[in-house]
Amino acid sequence: MDEGQDASPVEVRGLSKAFGKQKVLNGVDLRAEKGETLAVLGRSGTGKSVLLKLLIGLQRADAGSIRIYGQEATQFGAEQWNQARTKMGFLFQEGALYDSMTVAENVAFPLRRHTDLTEEKLREKSRELLSQVGLERDAEKMPAEISGGMQKRVGLARALALDPGILLLDEPTSGLDPITAAEIGNLIRDLQARRRVTCVMVTHDVHGARTFCDRLVFLRDGRVLLDGTFEELSKSRDLFVKQFLSDAA
Amino acid sequence: MAEVTSAVTAGGESASLWRSAARGMRGFFEWFGEIAEFCGRMARAAVTRPFEFGELVRQMDSIGSMSLPLVALAGAATGVVLSLETRDSLTRFGAKSMLPAVIAFSLIKETGPIITGLVMSGRVGAGIGAELGSMKVTEQIDAMEASAVNPYKYLVATRVLACVLMMPLLTLAADFAGILMDWVADMLVQPISLRAFIDSGLKDVMFQDFIPPTLKTAVFGFIIGTVACFQGMRTRGGTEGVGRSATSAVVLSSLFIILADVILVKLIVVFFPSGG
Repeated sequence: MDEGQDASPVEVRGLSKAFGKQKVLNGVDLRAEKGETLAVLGRSGTGKSVLLKLLIGLQRADAGSIRIYGQEATQFGAEQWNQARTKMGFLFQEGALYDSMTVAENVAFPLRRHTDLTEEKLREKSRELLSQVGLERDAEKMPAEISGGMQKRVGLARALALDPGILLLDEPTSGLDPITAAEIGNLIRDLQARRRVTCVMVTHDVHGARTFCDRLVFLRDGRVLLDGTFEELSKSRDLFVKQFLSDAA
Repeated sequence: MAEVTSAVTAGGESASLWRSAARGMRGFFEWFGEIAEFCGRMARAAVTRPFEFGELVRQMDSIGSMSLPLVALAGAATGVVLSLETRDSLTRFGAKSMLPAVIAFSLIKETGPIITGLVMSGRVGAGIGAELGSMKVTEQIDAMEASAVNPYKYLVATRVLACVLMMPLLTLAADFAGILMDWVADMLVQPISLRAFIDSGLKDVMFQDFIPPTLKTAVFGFIIGTVACFQGMRTRGGTEGVGRSATSAVVLSSLFIILADVILVKLIVVFFPSGG
C-alpha cells in the first residue's frame, strides 16, 4: 500500500450497512484528500461511528466500495487489513485504553508489535508522543488514574504511534473542557501541517469542525446530505443544516 | 363456545412452546458452530508468526502461579476429607492398612484432576470471561485490532495455551498437597512416618496410573481457556453483559469438564488398561 501515489487516501462509494432491519448507512459517498481534515456531522445514531469502523475494517459493509489509497478495502483479507491498519490511526470515543497497561505501555503497544525499536528507543518514542499531547509526566500512571480527557489524549498519542497517513477520530473533543478541546484541535491542525495527515473526524462539535476542518459532511437518513466548506454549508436553506450550524455562528 | 376458546388457547400455547423450543435448539447449535469457528481462528493465530511469548509467560504466571495456593488448599482439604471418610469404611472391611494406597490412587487418578479442573474453572474461567468481556464492551479489543494486532493471537491463544500448560502442573500440586495432608490426618490417629506412608501409598503406582490422569487435565485447561475466552469475546450489553459472560464461562466450562472427564476416563481405561 503506497501512500505516495495519487489516489485519495479515503474514498467511499455507495456504502451501506444495516443492523438487523435497521439500515444505518444507505449509500454514503465521500472522499478525503491527502492532508485534508474532514468532519462528519449528523444527529446521534446516524451511523457516523459505524462509518469510521467500516473504514478501518472493524465492521464489514453490506454493500458499496471503500478505497484506501486506491485499493479496494472491502475485498481485503485479514493480512491486507493489518497492513492497511499500520497506515491508519484510530481514536476511540472513550479512548479505549488497555486498562492492564500503563499510559506509556499503551502508547508503546503498536510500536512494540510493528517496529524493531529497542526498549530504550520505545521509551523515548512513547515519551515524545506523550509530550505532544502534554502528558509526559503521567507516563507511568494506569488509565484508571487519569481523567477522561487525559485518556482521550493518550488514545490520540497511541493513534499517532505508527506515524499514520490517515487518522480516524471518533468524537475527539466530546466531554472535554474548551481549552483541552482546542488543544486537541490545534494538535490535529499541527499534524496536518507537518505530516500532511488525512483526518476523518466524527464530531458534534460544530465550532471545532469550523475551526479545525477543511470540509464538512452532513449525514442524514444514512446518506450524505451536504458536503462542502463551512461557508458553503452555512448558505444552505435546509432547516436541519441551519439548525445544526447555528451552534457555531 | 367456552370449550372452543379453551382449545384455541391451548393450541396457541402449544405452538408458542414449540417455537421457543425450536429457538432454544437453534441457539444451542449456533453456539457450537460459533465456538468451532472461534477455535479455528485461534488455532490459525497460534501457529502464525510473530509469537507472543512475553504475553504467554505473563498469562502462565497469572493463571498458574497465582492459582497455586487455592489449588493446593483444595487438594489438601480433599486429602483430609478422603482420609477421614475412607478410614472408617476400610476398618470395617479389615483393610485399614490399604488406606495410604487407596487415598493416593483416588487422588492421583481422579479426585486431584477433577478438583483442580473445577477450582480452576471457577477462578480462571470467571477471571478470563470478565477480563475479556470488559475489554470487549470498552472497545479495547477493537482498539487492538485497529492497531493491526490480532486479538486471537495476543489475547486468546496465549490464555488458552497457558491454561493447557499450567493445568497438569497445578494438578501435581493438588495431588501432592492431598497426599501430604492425608498423611497428617493419618498420623493424628495412628502415628506413621512420612517415608513409610509414601512407601505404602505409592509402591503400586505405575506410569499408567499417574501420567494419563495428570495429562488429561491439559484437556480441562483447553476447555476452561477456550470457553472463557469465547464467552468473554462475545460479550454484549455493558457491565451486565460482563457479569453474564463471567458466570456463563464458569458454568459452561465446569459442565464441559465433567462431561469430558467421563469420556477421558473411558479412553484411559481402554488405552491404558492397568491404569483404568
